[in-house]
This record gives sequence, C-alpha cells and structure tokens, in this order.
Amino acid sequence: MTCCCEKTESALEKLSRLEPEKTASLNAFLDQLPIGKDVESNRAHLIVALHQAQGIFGYLPSEVQQIIAERLKLTRSEIYGVISFYSYFTDQPIGRFKINVCCGTACFVKGANLVVEQFSRELKIKEGETSADGRFFLGVLRCVGACSLAPVVMVNERVYGNVTPAMVSKIIADCKD
Amino acid sequence: MVNLKINNNPVSVPEGSTILEAAAQLGLKIPTLCHINWDCFHVEHRSGSCRICVVEVAGRPNLAPSCCTPVAEGMDVHTNTMRAIRARRTVLELLLSNHPKDCLVCTKNQNCTLQTLASEFNIHDIRYEGEQTELAVDDNGAAIRRDMNKCIMCRRCETACNVVQTVGVLSGVNRGFTASVAPQNFLPLDQTACVFCGQCVLACPVGALTEIGYKDEVWQVLNDPSKTVIVQTAPAVRVAIGEEFGMKPGEISTGKLVAALRRLGFAKIFDTDWSADLTILEEATELFGRIKSGENLPILTSCCPGWVNFLEHQFPDLMHMPSTAKSPQQMFGAIAKSYYAQKLGIDPSDLIVVSIMPCLAKKYEAGRPEFAPEGVRDVDYVLSTRELASMIKEAGVMFNRLPDESYDDPLGESTGAGVIFGASGGVLEAALRTAADWILNEQKDGSIAYFEDVAESPIDFVAVRGLDGIKEATVKIGDLELKAAVASGLGNARKLLEKIQSGESQYHAIEIMACPGGCINGGGQPYSNCGCNDGSDILEARKEAIYRADKGLPIRKSHLNPSIVKIYKDFLGEPNSELAHKLLHTHYCPKK
Repeated sequence: MTCCCEKTESALEKLSRLEPEKTASLNAFLDQLPIGKDVESNRAHLIVALHQAQGIFGYLPSEVQQIIAERLKLTRSEIYGVISFYSYFTDQPIGRFKINVCCGTACFVKGANLVVEQFSRELKIKEGETSADGRFFLGVLRCVGACSLAPVVMVNERVYGNVTPAMVSKIIADCKD
Repeated sequence: MVNLKINNNPVSVPEGSTILEAAAQLGLKIPTLCHINWDCFHVEHRSGSCRICVVEVAGRPNLAPSCCTPVAEGMDVHTNTMRAIRARRTVLELLLSNHPKDCLVCTKNQNCTLQTLASEFNIHDIRYEGEQTELAVDDNGAAIRRDMNKCIMCRRCETACNVVQTVGVLSGVNRGFTASVAPQNFLPLDQTACVFCGQCVLACPVGALTEIGYKDEVWQVLNDPSKTVIVQTAPAVRVAIGEEFGMKPGEISTGKLVAALRRLGFAKIFDTDWSADLTILEEATELFGRIKSGENLPILTSCCPGWVNFLEHQFPDLMHMPSTAKSPQQMFGAIAKSYYAQKLGIDPSDLIVVSIMPCLAKKYEAGRPEFAPEGVRDVDYVLSTRELASMIKEAGVMFNRLPDESYDDPLGESTGAGVIFGASGGVLEAALRTAADWILNEQKDGSIAYFEDVAESPIDFVAVRGLDGIKEATVKIGDLELKAAVASGLGNARKLLEKIQSGESQYHAIEIMACPGGCINGGGQPYSNCGCNDGSDILEARKEAIYRADKGLPIRKSHLNPSIVKIYKDFLGEPNSELAHKLLHTHYCPKK
C-alpha cells in the first residue's frame, strides 16, 4: 500500500548542504535575536532577519524563508507577504551589483526616470531584471532619505548623488568584481 | 452606555460598539462587504478595507467606515446622505471595474455579496474601465479552487485561515494593483499546509474561493450502464440541504434527501451514519483498551479529515495519539468495495461510491493514496451539500414535493449515535454511549460484551454539546471518572493540543473537528450565511436539528445497530480484528 509518508530533507538540512557557510552565518545571526514564545514580539524581528538574510544570500530563497519562519514562529505565508510587499526584498537570485535608482518624488522630479532609461540602454535589461552574465540588477526604489542629493543611485551599499544620464557609464565602470 | 443619534433616531449602545452595530439595533442595515462577524465563535473581521459601509458623521470631515468606527457620546450619524450614497456607489463601481463580469457562469452566481450589492445599489453600467487583474487560477487540487481575478481584497479568508483556524496558509501579497491573497510564493494549495477545511470558501463573499466540483463526473457514471453507482450521505447534510430549496434552517429532510438521490438514478442510497456507527465500534474499542492499560492517553478522534491534515502538518509529535480508525466516509468506501461488492458479485472497479459531504476536506481525503488499495479508490467522488442541491435542481427533481423515503439495506441502517457525528461533540458522545455500556458490563475475564445493551447507562452527555469552541466534561461511568474534551475550529484545537503537549491538561478522550461548530458548519454546506452576519442562528438551528434527529431514532447506541452487529458476525469478526484493521484502520504521516 502506498501512502504519503515520505521522509524529505528539511529546509535547514538542504540549505546547510548547499550553502554551509552562508547558512552558518544566518544561524549565528538568528541565534542572537531575542526570540521568545510570543509571536507578536517575534514579529518585530522579521524585517531585520530578512534584511540580514538577503545580505548573506543575495536573495531570499524558499529555504531561507522557511528557516526564518520556524525560528520566529511565524507562518510562511506571512513572511512571503512581507517579502512581496517591499520592493527591496526578492525571492529570486539577482545580479551581484544591485543598481537601484531612487524614483521617490524628489528624485523623479529631478529626472530619475532618464537615469533609469540610460541604465536600461547600456545594460540591455529592463527594470527589475538581472543581466545575462549575472553581474547587474536594475531596480528602482521609493526614497532612500537623501533627497538633497536627488537623483540618487545606490549600487549595493554605495550611494551616488546628483546623477545624470551622462554619469551612468562611469557608475557601471566602477563596478569591479 | 453611549448615547448617539442615527438618522435622527436616538439609540444607546454599550461602549466599544461600532456604528454598524448601533444601526442594527435601530433595525437599519448598513451595507457591508468586507466585514464579517462570526458571532458564536467570537471572531470579528473588521478590516475596513472595502469602504462600502461609509456613513456621514456630523463634525467629521471624511466619511466614516461604520463597521470599524466606534460610537461616541452625542455622535450624530446619517447613513443615507447623498454624499454617503454616492461614495458607496463609486466604491462599488470601482470594485466592479476590475472584476470579471461573468456572473452567469460563475459558481457563486446568486450567492455573491458583490452581485447582491450591485443589484441593491441599482448599478447598471460601470463607468470605469481599465487594466484587469490577470492571475493564474489554482484548480489542480482535489478540493479548493482559487481564482484571484475575482478577489476583492476583503481579506475575510485570511482571518478565517489565520485567526479562526490558525492554519496560516493565506496572506496578503504584493502591493497596489497587483495585491492579492495567496499562499507563500503563489504555491498551489496542495503544496502548502492547507488542510482544505473550506472555511475560507464559506467566508469568501465572491467567487474567488470555491470548491473543485465533481458533478460532471458523477453524471457520467450515473449514465454508464456498466457501473453500479451507490451513494452515502453524511449526517450534517440532512439538516442543511433543505436551505437550498427554501426550507427553514434546521428542518430535517432525510427522507426527501433519500428520495431525491433515488430519482437521480443512484442504485442504492446508503448512509454515512451507518459507517459512523461502525467507526464508534472500532474507536471505542481502542478507547476501552487505552483506558484499561492506562497507555497512550488521551485518544484523539480521527473522523475529520481537515483535523487529520492539521495534525500531520502542525503536530507531528502527537501522531501516535489519534485513533487509527478511518473516518466514516472511508470506512464506508472500504466496506462497499470489499463486503458489498462481494455480496453483489461485481468487480470493485465497477462499483462506484459517491459521497455527499458537508465538507471539502473529504474531497482531499478520498484522493489520499492509502485509500486506493491496488489503485481502486474506496470513495470515487465526493460532492458537497451544495453540489448535490445543484444536481437535484438540474435534474428537475422538486425536492420540497418529494415523499419521505428510507435508506436501503444493509449499509443504510443507523442509530442516533451516528447522526450526532454532524455536530461538534457528537463523535465523543457517541463513543461514550458505547464505552459506558462496555465499562459497566465488563466481563469477569476482562473481555467486552460488544453488542449488549445496559439499559441504565447514560445516553445524553449534554456537557459536550453546543457551539462553544472548547468543551470539557467529567463523566462518571461506574467507578471511572472519565475526563473528556471537545474542540471545534482548529484555533481551539491548537489551544487544547498545546495544553496536552505541556502536560497542563490530562484527558482520556478528545474530539476535534476542523470546522467551528462541527460538520454542520462544514466548508461544503449551503452558503446560507454568506455575506450576512447572523450565521449563528442558522448554525444553532442545524445543531438543534441534529439532536432532534438523534432523539427521534429508536436505537441511539452504535453497538446496538442490527446491521453493524450483522457485519461483525458475517464478515469482520469482532472490533479491532485483523480484517477490521486491514479495512477500517489507517496511519498518519508527518508533513513537515
């Protein structure tokens, strides 16, 4: 008689096998969070945990979501709800250089859309896409809190201010593996 | 008390009441769409997301959503000013602008709150046109169909899934125009921890969440002369199906149900109440054994497939606790495809078993691989109460005018103990009726006189009845003080199970039903309480009917059912025998 009993590898086991160092680093981070039994207070750590995890893995694969869900005692669906709400988070692998053009009100008024178009032309990808060689991701953000430097472009942690379309090729050239 | 005026009429309501509640006290129904109050389960969904219920409050610049605005002393509310009416209509038109206009072919046609409101608001054309949501439909599972193109983001399903049931599969995802309700990563439901209880389907005011239907398949086999098609009807169907034909909630229409099925062309009309009696014999034997040995207590019931799914997903460490007895639906299927097929002298694959269930999880259960020995399913098709009503209407059978007819033999004879399976507490009560007789009549050598009546033993265990989420009872049977608990609604089940895990509570027996109130409120029942907030009256009436049906039956203990006695004598041997184990018991698989 067949049935649905099948021992499957857990998310943690799978991730530890595929990415042992990154998984250890995520676990170390989660270990030091003051996680308790109370779901309400655990929820407060969700964004921090996702932010850290995306920093480690570059994106939030299903297994990472599962591990965070189990640790914080939250449901997978709630975690996915948060990931899908914030444009910063992604569950798909994206380019190593994450070029994010701010399109908040101030940046937009000062021509951020032209900057996006220029990146798109030079990298031959559309907004939200990753280049075929896996190097560049092009995205837009809504305000990084540096409106006095509008338009602002962020490449990973690095911030460029007062960006014009003419500066785009220089920014791309700055990206060295 | 807070005093306010609504449309110039004074009204006093307790502090914390909403404008909507105060208006209801004056006999005023403010239209609502996203709001729902599961009164008897103490859960209210007030997301305030649809803005259909807006009213004008003097001194407040913007309109107030009445479902989630608390009343204040001296408040002056007007529900039908031109501003409020226009705002409501605009909200509705905007919702309709991104809603498929396929009402005629929608399964929720005539059971849709959006449709009702469009009619009540006199909306005849939609002024707004624009982009339409285009999301994939999830209809590959066995039980629930999701079409988020019809979703209006009321998020009732989320409250049903996450708060009432604590299953936690649905969540609001994405933002703005692309926002919808979905499981993680947009997975199909059967790849998630969904238990298929169908409470989200009952909660959905539109056609976004519906059931996977098997009407066409059943019509096909009914018209296939090479097949013998038999049907079983679950206890809770008989007290609800009448609502589909304009009968009052709580009318018992067992006889008409049987007559209708006969007119649809089923070869034999049998009763799941019969296999419910069979379940009790198997389960009470386990209970008796565990009490005697003092081991592996408490025993958990295993009739409810939604609850079994929940256990497998969420409490893998308690897998040893439930009774191994199959559910009545599956016991019926197993007996039909063995004993009954042999009796008829036909191949089990030519015998088609159809179930009429108040339940969507039963559709999933019937498709579990362990219930298809050698590839032949024990139960071939599961129709909900709603689907059967629709078939009866399609066939032109005039339900209300049918005479009362009786079930066929031998799998149609049942007792009051079988029928109360339909309400929360019923399985436990039925098990207690049998266990009490066995305990009081225990033989000197420790064996059980399975089929004997003990006239003075208790029969009505009223403490375990009712719509309360968690019920506890201590029952004195002879020298034994038997401690029992009942939970209905998976949120309540979780609370009870956590107390058992921590060792805080100790019981001999626990009954769990996934749907709040039990099968009478199953995900496959008529949408009678869809969109309105007085569903608790309907449930109360269905529950009363279940116990009325029990009272009206001459035999009220499972072990005294003559055809149950006979099948053990002729075929199974005795409860928990080797053959009984092979046919009537199962095992559970952790799904984490």
